[in-house]
Amino acid sequence: MTKTKSRKQLPKSQTGIRGLDEITGGGLPKGRPTLICGGAGCGKTLLAMEFLVRGATQFNEPGVFMAFEETTEDLTKNVKSLGFDLKDLIARKKIALEFVYLGDSKVEASGEFNLDGLFIRLGHAIDSIGAKRVVLDTVESLFFSLSSPHILRAELRRLFRWLKEKGVTAIITGERGDGRLTRQGLEEYVSDCVIVLDHRVSDQVSSRRLRVVKYRGSTHGTNEYPFLIDEDGISVLPITSLGLQQTAPISRIPSGVPRLDAMLGGAGYFRGSGVLVSGTAGTGKTSLAVLFAVAACSRGERALYFCFEESPSQIIRNMRSIGLDLEKWVKKGLLQFQANRPSSAGLEMHVTTIAKAIKSFKPQVVIIDPLTSFLIGNNEREIKGMVMQLMDLLKMNNCTTLFTSLILSGAVPEHSQIHIASLIDTWLLLRDIEVGGERNRGMYILKSRGMAHSNQIREFLLTDHGVELRDVYVGPSGVLTGSARLAQEAQEQASQSSRQQEVERRQIELELMRKTLEVQIAAMRAEFAVQEVGLLKIIGQEQAQEAQLVQERVDMGLSRKADKIPNKRKGSSK
Amino acid sequence: MKPDPAKGKLDTYILRLYVSGQTPSSMTALANLKKICEEYLEGRYQIQVVDLLKNPQLAGGDQILAVPTLVRRLPEPIRKIIGDLSNTELVLIGLDLVPRK
Repeated sequence: MTKTKSRKQLPKSQTGIRGLDEITGGGLPKGRPTLICGGAGCGKTLLAMEFLVRGATQFNEPGVFMAFEETTEDLTKNVKSLGFDLKDLIARKKIALEFVYLGDSKVEASGEFNLDGLFIRLGHAIDSIGAKRVVLDTVESLFFSLSSPHILRAELRRLFRWLKEKGVTAIITGERGDGRLTRQGLEEYVSDCVIVLDHRVSDQVSSRRLRVVKYRGSTHGTNEYPFLIDEDGISVLPITSLGLQQTAPISRIPSGVPRLDAMLGGAGYFRGSGVLVSGTAGTGKTSLAVLFAVAACSRGERALYFCFEESPSQIIRNMRSIGLDLEKWVKKGLLQFQANRPSSAGLEMHVTTIAKAIKSFKPQVVIIDPLTSFLIGNNEREIKGMVMQLMDLLKMNNCTTLFTSLILSGAVPEHSQIHIASLIDTWLLLRDIEVGGERNRGMYILKSRGMAHSNQIREFLLTDHGVELRDVYVGPSGVLTGSARLAQEAQEQASQSSRQQEVERRQIELELMRKTLEVQIAAMRAEFAVQEVGLLKIIGQEQAQEAQLVQERVDMGLSRKADKIPNKRKGSSK
Repeated sequence: MKPDPAKGKLDTYILRLYVSGQTPSSMTALANLKKICEEYLEGRYQIQVVDLLKNPQLAGGDQILAVPTLVRRLPEPIRKIIGDLSNTELVLIGLDLVPRK
């Protein structure tokens, strides 16, 4: 933490528990006690223990665990299942476990006493390992084994003050009481930070939640946050604290179907966007989802596939039929399946699980198949909340997510999804087209934010080499698909070839015409030549006759003693 | 009813008083304990005083929380009495010197 920040905020002690540090803005108040309360089995002890173990292993802050309820052996065993090796930490003087045995019956007090014994034991444990963190679990048990509650109250007050003076960051756990946070009202003494854990069941599904009730001198998330206890300890999911601050990438990610990319402005989905593929049963939603995942894997990216209705091996088997080998990618570690029944946990728990998986696997592509299996009763609003949380989470991690969603046949597709439609960036609709005694698949883009996209319905074909999108024919009888489309295609092809033949035929005809014309021209030329010769001959004769006549006239004149006319021509003067 | 004198004579009481320094309640407790022992266990008791400030590691062994705490090490079973032992009746009950009601 920087200096400027610590001036504004209290110094904090990081818990190392996923999510909790985000909610509390950096951890628990350093050097002060924090109260963690909740009902039985809500995870108080575990949270406290994880705080210590993480402190010892990650932040080099040794810790003392003072147990009033569980023995050292039990505790060691219990947390071993979460991967914490207490024995080793104790041997390395990172953690000290102090079990306080309170006996079975109440101890009567004969006169005044104080809890110096407890102080000394705790102080000794703290000093022996140089502890910076302390857990008292559950200090309230003292009230059940020692009489004189008024002395105990005063002593607890002194204890918390003493812990503060020691400068240790402490967690005090307390059982939830009637109408109060704890049975003995510890919240009145520990007033710096109070965290309430809750474990509730609704619709037969249990969910754990955490809420920071109070954090003196610091801002904190005030909502109830779901949390998860699994083999890695606790994870809190601060979903509702996520904002809409994520930047929108402009790069694109191919959908796995080239023709679909073309429909989406030529480049596929936006990276980090949410894609919804909805359709009635058997329209190819899963196939489209798997193709998207496989496309990512073949680019060397990681894809995380959450299946809620089919087992991974079932999907792997089924996808072989369209020529997709998923096993290869699973083996390469690029594709990971996470199969869960939707009813196995509450919605938040699923979000938490998904968040955890995303954090550890760091996928570029996430598939949720199908979203609608979460619909139990009338929980659409909760689902919307869940999708909103998921979208925020996924966008923050820059994952492109594809949700599939089942539409009940007969329902208006736009209506059944109304609640999540506004959260989705690209929405593809797969639908049955029944025509000519066939049932074919059609696909169109209902919306796609921020990109030019095709408004065409395409026929969606599942082939042994993936998905193909084909143009459909819109004729007087409606949209043509399947064999009707094939017939139409054949017809089109036939008419195209006949058109071509016609052209060829006309070209030949033209050639013929030209040739005929040329022959005619030649014939006419020949005729002309003949006539020309004839005519020239006649012209020559005519001219000769004319000359003859002139000569005769001259000769006549001569004979009649006419005037002498100079005559060039030496006629036949006899 | 008085304790069985025959049995009582056989038992030697080993009593350990845990205190934290020379506080008034520690002093009071020790004084009260001595008085009770002289009166009820004359000649067959032994008092060990453990100052936890000097020997903090000893607190865990007898599971001491409150101070002062009187622990009856012997005879078995181990019994604990907390407080400055000003309530003699409770001390006697706690040490099984008078029967529990």
